[in-house]
Amino acid sequence: MLMQDLYVAEILDRYRNPMHKGILQNADSSARESNPLCGDDLQIFLKLEGSRVKEIRFSGVGCAISQASADLLCELAEGKTLKEIVALKKEDVLKLLGVPISAVRLKCALLSLKTLKMAAYTKLGLDEKKVGWA
Amino acid sequence: MYESSREKIACFINASPEEIVFVRNATEGINLIACSFGGPNVSRGDNILLTQLEHHSNIVPWQLLAQRKKATLSFAKMSKNFLLGEKDFAQKLNKKTKIASFTAASNVLGTITPVEKLVKLSHEAGAVAVVDAAQAAPHFSLDVKKLDCDFAVFSGHKMLGPTGIGVLYGKKELLEEMPPFLAGGDMIKRVFWQHSEYNDLPYKFEAGTPNISGVIGLGAAVDYLQRLGMSNIRSHEQSLTKYALEELSSLPKTVLYGPPADKRTAAISFNLGGVHPHDVASVVDGEGVAIRSGHHCAMPLMSVLGVAATCRASFYVYNDVADVDALATALRKTTKLFRL
Repeated sequence: MLMQDLYVAEILDRYRNPMHKGILQNADSSARESNPLCGDDLQIFLKLEGSRVKEIRFSGVGCAISQASADLLCELAEGKTLKEIVALKKEDVLKLLGVPISAVRLKCALLSLKTLKMAAYTKLGLDEKKVGWA
Repeated sequence: MYESSREKIACFINASPEEIVFVRNATEGINLIACSFGGPNVSRGDNILLTQLEHHSNIVPWQLLAQRKKATLSFAKMSKNFLLGEKDFAQKLNKKTKIASFTAASNVLGTITPVEKLVKLSHEAGAVAVVDAAQAAPHFSLDVKKLDCDFAVFSGHKMLGPTGIGVLYGKKELLEEMPPFLAGGDMIKRVFWQHSEYNDLPYKFEAGTPNISGVIGLGAAVDYLQRLGMSNIRSHEQSLTKYALEELSSLPKTVLYGPPADKRTAAISFNLGGVHPHDVASVVDGEGVAIRSGHHCAMPLMSVLGVAATCRASFYVYNDVADVDALATALRKTTKLFRL
């Protein structure tokens, strides 16, 4: 697989022009997670209406895969309930990216999901430390 | 074959065979020193001096020792131009410093440290000097007697040997006084119910069935390197490094870390504009070029450089100018893809 296949237009576009990047003041829940092995660091902010996500933003630094994945995941999470978010699986994220992700880059792709689930767990009164990498 | 390998390796660094202990890797060697030398010789309030350039393997074992013994851990600063400052090292040595442990060459910056001088300074302060030679032994000639270091460690897999084999060198007088590290068969002379008599050097520190194939493999690697000639290896790497540094500095928005070619080994860390090292490594991988990206087992050094991660290209005897060209071409493609 040519690595250029990984950096398809969609991913590079999301990396350069993310639609959900930012900080939400007075968020109903937020979480922060990083992949210290490489320096990807992500924060996700949720504003809720009842138990549904009304607004969602991410902020942080990281590689193109982690940033694109965060932007795509934010789009997916909008309108979902906290329970639906907790039920999201790694396959859902990989489908969003739409390109094969090697084992080496898996954590880059899944950082957003872990962080998002941690934010949901916190709001649901669960221990965010219990959220695994997939 | 096993013992003749030991002799070869002793000769490689100008030591005697009984001063060569086989371990799994440099990391295990440092742990051995921390336990068997540090254990009896470091007490509450003593100091262990390291440097900001160190690999995790030359930091974490000392953290454990310092925590166990309530000793202090300090770090000599990296100076201008990514070198190791002798001044700060000398200033940080004090009466309480029992152990000074430092790298002979940085795996991130390539910086070659003034080992002989640092050993002298350590001895003047009454400390033993431990040299992490993992990035040095494969690349240039090492004479432990000339350096007068008390201990040195290096790994086989970094010098064309197999994985799972490394070497600890220790001055005979020191090794003789040190208690065993791992215990069991082979490191004993006689075993009674409640105590044992330990074996002579170096076997006292080699418990259990050794990594026989690893030792023999390392011996073969040393033969090969000696045939090439360590000074030939050094000049080959220096010319590749010089060329690579020229090529890399012509790329847009590239940050290079490390001193000029004559003061370093062929490990070159760099960052390409705002592109994350993981992305750079992925793209050049697709072009058939293998670099490493990340913190290179040197997180504290990364914080000194002000970054979380870097890309690193390194060269050895099997690389040539075409490889440098391939690297430069792949990096140019990367800058285009990320519109730098």
